[in-house]
Amino acid sequence: MTIDIKHTIEESFQLVGGNFANAGEASIQLKRKLTEIGLDENIIRRAATATFEAEMNVIIYAAAGWLRYHVTPEYLRIIVEDMGPGIEDIELAMQEGYSTAPDWVREMGWGAGMGLPNMKKNSDIFKIDSVVGEGTTVEMIINF
Amino acid sequence: MKLADLVKELSLEVKTYKQGLQNNVTGGYVSDLLSDVMANSKKDDIWITMQTHLNIIAVASLRTLSGIIIVGNRQVHEDTITRAETEKVTIMTTPMPAFEVAGKIYQLLK
Repeated sequence: MTIDIKHTIEESFQLVGGNFANAGEASIQLKRKLTEIGLDENIIRRAATATFEAEMNVIIYAAAGWLRYHVTPEYLRIIVEDMGPGIEDIELAMQEGYSTAPDWVREMGWGAGMGLPNMKKNSDIFKIDSVVGEGTTVEMIINF
Repeated sequence: MKLADLVKELSLEVKTYKQGLQNNVTGGYVSDLLSDVMANSKKDDIWITMQTHLNIIAVASLRTLSGIIIVGNRQVHEDTITRAETEKVTIMTTPMPAFEVAGKIYQLLK
């Protein structure tokens, strides 16, 4: 499927670690934008889910980060970069059920070890890079 | 069925966004894990949970759920109520536990 947009749409959002109150803001705005463009419902839900999980990870684990996305006629690309602790063992972190979230975050219903797997499942291309002590970058592409 | 019918059948208390009572309910999902709901809920599901904090609004909105039923007589945070109105998410409460609510809704939707 190709969508009818004249220019690439780009947005970026700043994410602040620990700011649970604004969690989901970037994803809700992305969802609105994709709905406006008239994308398929299923694609919008996949994009919203992947983006929200990425947002949550920055808010739970990092000091700060950026979420950027751009929409072309063929795909949506989301990049999330953070200044956080980094991930020591990416393979382990990708396993469903594995989490390093503190108890108070788990009490909120987060930290079930589903975030990264959810992002991967909902993307057509999923890349993750991490340097311990510096931060993590996630790139997700969803084809239309 | 309409959310309004569920509210009537289960005597739920509607806390936010009454316009949402016209939403269709085609299924339900019971979970207190937000990523689980993000992964497995379907469009127009009614979400049954004990979580009451702000993030449930984003979950319901992003997954296009028909509404949230908060069980076990839990008080909903004031900021959650405000956000629900902004994001047009209908929150309902009940003293019933999740098992009972789910069972009743399952019967109604069958």
